[in-house]
Amino acid sequence: MQDETPPADLLVILRHAPHGSSWLKEGLDVALVAAAFDRRVTLLFMGEGITALLEGQQAGPLGQKGTAATLAMLEMYDIDSLLVEERGMDELGLTSEQLMLPVRRVADAEIPGLLADHALVLNF
Amino acid sequence: MRYAILLLDAPYTSQAAHSALRFTRALLAGGHVVDGVFFYHDGVHNAARLAAPPQDEPHLVDAWAELGREHAVPLQVCIAAALRRGLLDEKEAARHGKQGFSVEPPFELTGLGQLVDLGLRCDRLITFGP
Repeated sequence: MQDETPPADLLVILRHAPHGSSWLKEGLDVALVAAAFDRRVTLLFMGEGITALLEGQQAGPLGQKGTAATLAMLEMYDIDSLLVEERGMDELGLTSEQLMLPVRRVADAEIPGLLADHALVLNF
Repeated sequence: MRYAILLLDAPYTSQAAHSALRFTRALLAGGHVVDGVFFYHDGVHNAARLAAPPQDEPHLVDAWAELGREHAVPLQVCIAAALRRGLLDEKEAARHGKQGFSVEPPFELTGLGQLVDLGLRCDRLITFGP
């Protein structure tokens, strides 16, 4: 873990894509509630969860709200520590420029440190 | 040690609910403190008072309720996740104009802030999911 990253209370790991299940939405809900109660929150997008950050998403035909609007609000909640798994980015062939928010890429070797540095880790 | 449990899957769908229950019992038997069990995502279905499994199968809802009562372990259910899945206590049922209700004490509907508090308050939060 890099020295400039401040320690946070809660690490929320998001591993699911936006529309196939409610995992992503319900994971983000925990992050927003924690931030609303002044907890410092880090989000780590892993695997398909990274696709949540892709630009140009729509709600879709199922009437789901989608999560792009929630992600766009993260800054308002002071959630600015957004991490993406480097390996997941590579496996999905994505570049940071394709994502809707500025993120920091983390290598596999950094992840154990992240888990250890947060008081609470929730995995969605 | 002070523990909290987070259960994210429905009863009878996967091993998660059985394992969470057995682990919680083992903690209590081992003299640990269980600060609470939080039901979120599909885990809220563990609070369904209308669950009626065959008599020769473990009744997970009743087992949680018994554990909650006997050991004074709070059984907290995320209200937002519960309501959209049809799990309402008497008060919420009345508020939404529903005839029946599907959640009763010792399960309590509560907010996600409780999950965060619980997780930060105890020494270990153990998650059970699919």
